[in-house]
Amino acid sequence: MSKPRFIVSVSIGALITMATAWAMQVRQADIESPAADAAATASVPANGSDRFAVVIREPQAPAGVETGQLDRLGQPIRLACRSCHDVLPANVRNAATADLDTFHQGLAVQHGKLACVACHNQHDGYTTLHLADGSSVAYADTMALCAQCHGTQHRDYQHGTHGGMSGYWDLSRGPRQRNHCIDCHDPHTPAFPKMYPAEGPNDRFQPAAQESVH
Amino acid sequence: MNPDNSPLPILNNEPSSRRGMLKACGATLGLAAWATVMKPLVEWSEDLNVDEFLQKHYRELTPEQKTAVFRRLEQDTKRDYGADVTISDPQPMDGVQYGYALNLSVCIGCRKCSEACHKENNHDRASNNSYIRVFEMEKGGIDFEKGDATYDHPVPQPDKYYMPVQCQQCENAPCVTACPIEATWQEPDGIVVVDYNWCIGCRYCEAACPYHARRFNWEKPTIPAEEINPDQGYLSNRVRPQGVMEKCTFCLHRTREGRMPACLEACPTGARVFGNLLDPESEIRWVIENKRTFVLKEELGTRPRFFYFFDE
Repeated sequence: MSKPRFIVSVSIGALITMATAWAMQVRQADIESPAADAAATASVPANGSDRFAVVIREPQAPAGVETGQLDRLGQPIRLACRSCHDVLPANVRNAATADLDTFHQGLAVQHGKLACVACHNQHDGYTTLHLADGSSVAYADTMALCAQCHGTQHRDYQHGTHGGMSGYWDLSRGPRQRNHCIDCHDPHTPAFPKMYPAEGPNDRFQPAAQESVH
Repeated sequence: MNPDNSPLPILNNEPSSRRGMLKACGATLGLAAWATVMKPLVEWSEDLNVDEFLQKHYRELTPEQKTAVFRRLEQDTKRDYGADVTISDPQPMDGVQYGYALNLSVCIGCRKCSEACHKENNHDRASNNSYIRVFEMEKGGIDFEKGDATYDHPVPQPDKYYMPVQCQQCENAPCVTACPIEATWQEPDGIVVVDYNWCIGCRYCEAACPYHARRFNWEKPTIPAEEINPDQGYLSNRVRPQGVMEKCTFCLHRTREGRMPACLEACPTGARVFGNLLDPESEIRWVIENKRTFVLKEELGTRPRFFYFFDE
């Protein structure tokens, strides 16, 4: 391959890589280095890079609110957000479901002193979220919203040291799946829940192991 | 004692000469030694065969011999446990030195890592064995005397922190030095491994390890066939025989294929960070360069590849 053609193909490869990676929310750090050999080794990974993707699950916008009633087929009846929120004015002081007369009852909210509309966007019928500057954020991009306050956690996350993951440590051999913030932290009650520990190994000098010792 | 030099009445035979006595002693000793050497043959049982008896050290095996050994072990597992398994032998990668870090600020002591290790590494079900021991520690210091590895209540407790301890894959590993027969050694990627078929079970390494990271197979592991992890490595998670040492291998049958260790994937809090210490872009390097990192019992000079760190 002649030199100009090689450079052109490498550049195209790099562009494709970056575009695809952006679309798949690949972290910037993972795509910087390998772009140069993208054209030469566009073999296994699907995105044309020599690195597999780091996939983060995207949160979905809520499909309305449950009414607590069932239809004739026994399926719960859901109501679109706009059904109420297009006509009812928002009370910006509401910070707990106890403040509400209808709907969202029983939803536990323990997230600092945040009010509902601190995150939920009242200006488009609550179908999106909004940042501190008022610009709206799709549910899929919730992480940008969380990162406003939880900067250190977001920094650690970007360096792969916060949040659970699975897959490959070596991205040249396979993809990686990472948890999103809300996979572990319920946005309304974000504290990580207490849990009962799994059973540990029996130490031989521990009472539970006495029976099996001969 | 016998002044008239007459034969002892009870023996009633020729006087014994010094030469005869020495011959008799020599013959007796020789017979005893011969019997001792031949003892394994007398105790020959079904789970001991000639191939196993004559098997060389892992590092002296030719590729053909390795294949034969792996097939034999697969058949043994099929016979003893009724499970179809594949024993592989992934090799260290060039330019890779493994490092592991654990974030004490987020670990909640749920023992999911310990449980995942138990399943992944085909541990004995009866003892619920695992290479990971999670200590519930008093805040304010690292005092294992006050640590409790057998806690049984919801976690995390507000006045405690949790410290999982497993093999630290020391660069200067006391267990390797202690082994009298070189049955355990450090691989080029930093993982300390055991040839379970070469180990004689003397447990010197267990005594030498300052982290209590090595385990002894007191009994032949019991595992139901359907629970056996069929993806096995000769130096890692294959079912170990009775009477040999075993240890964490950073799941080398996974990590040498580029995958994460099982304990990391099981961690629900993301407290664990694994990667290549030689790759400046890796997550493990970022932790070491940017977090408050320490190693356990640094003063012993073992130089662990397992790091603990805190968030601010």
